[in-house]
Amino acid sequence: MKILLKDAAVNSPAQNFKEDHIDILIENGIITEIGKLNEKDIEHVKKFELNGKLVVPGFFDMHVHLREPGREDKETVVSGCNCAASGGFTGIACMPNTDPAIDSAEVISFIKKQAANHLVEVYPVAAATLGRKGEVLSPMAELFEAGAVGFSDDGSAIKTASILKRAMEYSKMYDLPIIEHCEDDSLAGGAMNESINSTILGLPPIPSLAEDLIVMRDILVAEYTGAKIHIAHISTKKSVEMVREAKVKGIRVTAEVTPHHFTLTDDAVKTYDTNVKMNPPLRTKEDVDAIIKGLKDGTLDCIASDHAPHTIEEKEVEFEYAPNGIIGLETQIGLALTELYHKKILTIEQLIEKLSVNPRKILNIPVPQIKKAESANLTILDLNIVWTVDKFNSFSKSINTPFDKKLLTGKSVGVINKQQMFFDGKFQNI
Amino acid sequence: MPLSSRHLLGLQGVPREDIQLILDTALTFREVLERPIKKVPTLQGKTVVNLFYENSTRTRISFELAEKRLSADSINFSVSTSSVSKGETLKDTIKNIEAMKVDMVVVRHAAAGTPLFLTKVCDSNIINAGDGIHEHPTQALLDMYSIREKLGRLDGLKVCIVGDIAHSRVALSNIYGLKTMGAKVSLCGPSTMIPRFIEDLGVDVITNIDEAIHENDVLNILRIQLERKAREYFPSIREYSKYFGITRDRLEKSGKDIVILHPGPINRGVEISSDVADGQQQIILNQVTNGVAVRMAVLYLLGTLN
Amino acid sequence: MKTKSNIIDKEGFSRIITRISHEILEQNKGSNNLVLIGMRTRGEFIAKRIKEKIKEIDGVDLPFGVLDVTLYRDDFRTRMKQPEVSVSDITFDINEKDIILIDDVLYTGRTVRSALNALMDLGRPRSIQLCILIDRGHRELPIRADYVGKNVPTSLNEEIKVKMEEFDGEDAIYLVEAEKK
Repeated sequence: MKILLKDAAVNSPAQNFKEDHIDILIENGIITEIGKLNEKDIEHVKKFELNGKLVVPGFFDMHVHLREPGREDKETVVSGCNCAASGGFTGIACMPNTDPAIDSAEVISFIKKQAANHLVEVYPVAAATLGRKGEVLSPMAELFEAGAVGFSDDGSAIKTASILKRAMEYSKMYDLPIIEHCEDDSLAGGAMNESINSTILGLPPIPSLAEDLIVMRDILVAEYTGAKIHIAHISTKKSVEMVREAKVKGIRVTAEVTPHHFTLTDDAVKTYDTNVKMNPPLRTKEDVDAIIKGLKDGTLDCIASDHAPHTIEEKEVEFEYAPNGIIGLETQIGLALTELYHKKILTIEQLIEKLSVNPRKILNIPVPQIKKAESANLTILDLNIVWTVDKFNSFSKSINTPFDKKLLTGKSVGVINKQQMFFDGKFQNI
Repeated sequence: MPLSSRHLLGLQGVPREDIQLILDTALTFREVLERPIKKVPTLQGKTVVNLFYENSTRTRISFELAEKRLSADSINFSVSTSSVSKGETLKDTIKNIEAMKVDMVVVRHAAAGTPLFLTKVCDSNIINAGDGIHEHPTQALLDMYSIREKLGRLDGLKVCIVGDIAHSRVALSNIYGLKTMGAKVSLCGPSTMIPRFIEDLGVDVITNIDEAIHENDVLNILRIQLERKAREYFPSIREYSKYFGITRDRLEKSGKDIVILHPGPINRGVEISSDVADGQQQIILNQVTNGVAVRMAVLYLLGTLN
Repeated sequence: MKTKSNIIDKEGFSRIITRISHEILEQNKGSNNLVLIGMRTRGEFIAKRIKEKIKEIDGVDLPFGVLDVTLYRDDFRTRMKQPEVSVSDITFDINEKDIILIDDVLYTGRTVRSALNALMDLGRPRSIQLCILIDRGHRELPIRADYVGKNVPTSLNEEIKVKMEEFDGEDAIYLVEAEKK
């Protein structure tokens, strides 16, 4: 099939390619023409009037919880991928804290099979240790061969420095990153950031120290072993500073941040709404400012949602007992555009790098090119559309978001990948 | 002028007029407690459920007596023998109770924010009998009533709360209530038990107990929890009682006729010595009596709101 | 609120107090075993004056208490405003005593009913005798006064306003047009 994207603006920073008012012809999923085209010259083509909307290399979310296998009541591979497409992503990396954990080739095959026919490409991150228990290394070579793009015990940090060191030394053979949820076990278990708010609200606190200690540990081990370490969902000022210093020293550390960590502070917890309960927790304005500075100066490489669906009954309980996490695939782009692009903190090129280029580079996945003869892997953005988040109008099986009814500016209106297109709320083959 | 809210969830942000009204109304009920027939028909026909998720015999009995003395029908919902042990959620429990047409719910729960959660899922008046380490408003109210009964006022008094502030809901409610009523509040205890940032609430922190006694008119001594997890915050009972325990000698050394309060139950010999607990300066048992009167006042003011 | 007439003036007030005090002593053959209980708010001041008068007449200082009946009211659910409670102050034992219960105006009889319930909770008096300044009619319960200052038939859109020096700055009783509810 032939489709024509008419009157697009194109921006691909990795190619240094930026142009307005051009058309893209895609035949059977391959880009065949880019330029000012006359559709009268093309037969049997399906036309999409973009009217200046921005076409970029497909976005990639490197931190998503698909919950399958084990908790299909919260989300499945397919429903998660639908959210990703709706949110503007053509590829996602999924986390291993499923049941069973992604610590065997069979589980990886299963997940890839579930996603085989979907527009969105799924890249599993495997567990670093068996069952994520932190005792014995998982079969990393076999997992890499089956398709793992990184290793993590996410949900927790890798338990001990000795296991971390061995995991790093081993994964170095395959040049795969260790992705760490940085949290000291002995300081963990609280319900919100330690601040005046935790005292006023009477909630057990998680000090920022819990994250900083493990970030420090992990950077030191990465330095010692020469391996790649990626800090997941960074949230504190001190962590950002440490990553900055480590990069200057040439240590192979990268870091991601979630949209809620650059949008909200722990003041949001005052309502005891469990939709603002996640780990790491929302922090103070000082931390948010440091994160924004880190995004601007490149210390923070990418943005990732940490999409963590939970059922209504699990979240509709006393704050301290609620599980941590919020969904985020479908609000991520809107929040990034509203809070970073429209507030002139990041240019559109920087945003594309953080959402499309860097996440793939960290996981050794090829970055899509918008070029003739390349497979079409694109995200179509409307930068200026004003819309309201509606948690009930979502592809997710869960509705645990704090952003319901929030007004955002900018969103993805469609994605194209694997000879499929998601546009106007519908999937179609192209 | 009635109370400004139909619930009592805490004392944070509660206007002075409301606290004044509760304390003044409690005077009436205190007099009722002196009569041979300690019962008035005021809440006849009203049903109150005591929803206690945490064990607390004293607070529950105090509320139960208050309810019965107002002629209300009082029901105790004990978690261990209820549907909750079969896995029922809080939301379902409260909606089931509400379906039985109760008017007011007195709730005690280990998780902060639970009373607020209840106001969102049911229509009854909610009274917080203690939620996690957040608030315990009726305790602070009875503490203030007792101080006012003994010293005649609250304005300008200097009150020090002593002990494990970080794990105490009594402390927070007292801080809010006393400050609203014009008292000056300070805290004293080992640094491990004083929450970081608490000075932002407008209180002073003292780590020397003799200094605390010297500078204040009233001491509110909190119970040190002796359960295992709480013990991690101080080296030993011996150390705590030696450096923070209130003893006869300490009080005599200061020469001050300082008023002593304790929410109970007391650990004799730990945070308070026997001779102080039984001595002239303490008003601990008055607190207990006044507690019933204060709770009657709260139940009356909320239960008769139209 | 329009004043329609001044029923009793300062001298009339004083004469009523004197007459009632004599009546009480006459009916009870003296002041032995009597106690005076005034109902808040103005009943308290009327009772005090009767106490003074009886002391003048008989030389005896009768035990005196104040009763607040708010907690015994029967209209919590229907009233628009929440009634303010106050404290009762009866420090003596009422068992076996003859109580002279004193209030300013007798109307439906419900306040007196509340007072009777309140007194029963305090003990078992030998008798309760009701003493009021103005009986304005319209009883809704079977209650009657033993000592009456003056009978003043009223209509439902009228009210009796009792003013006393201690509280209002003057001694007088007025008939007024009722406030629109």
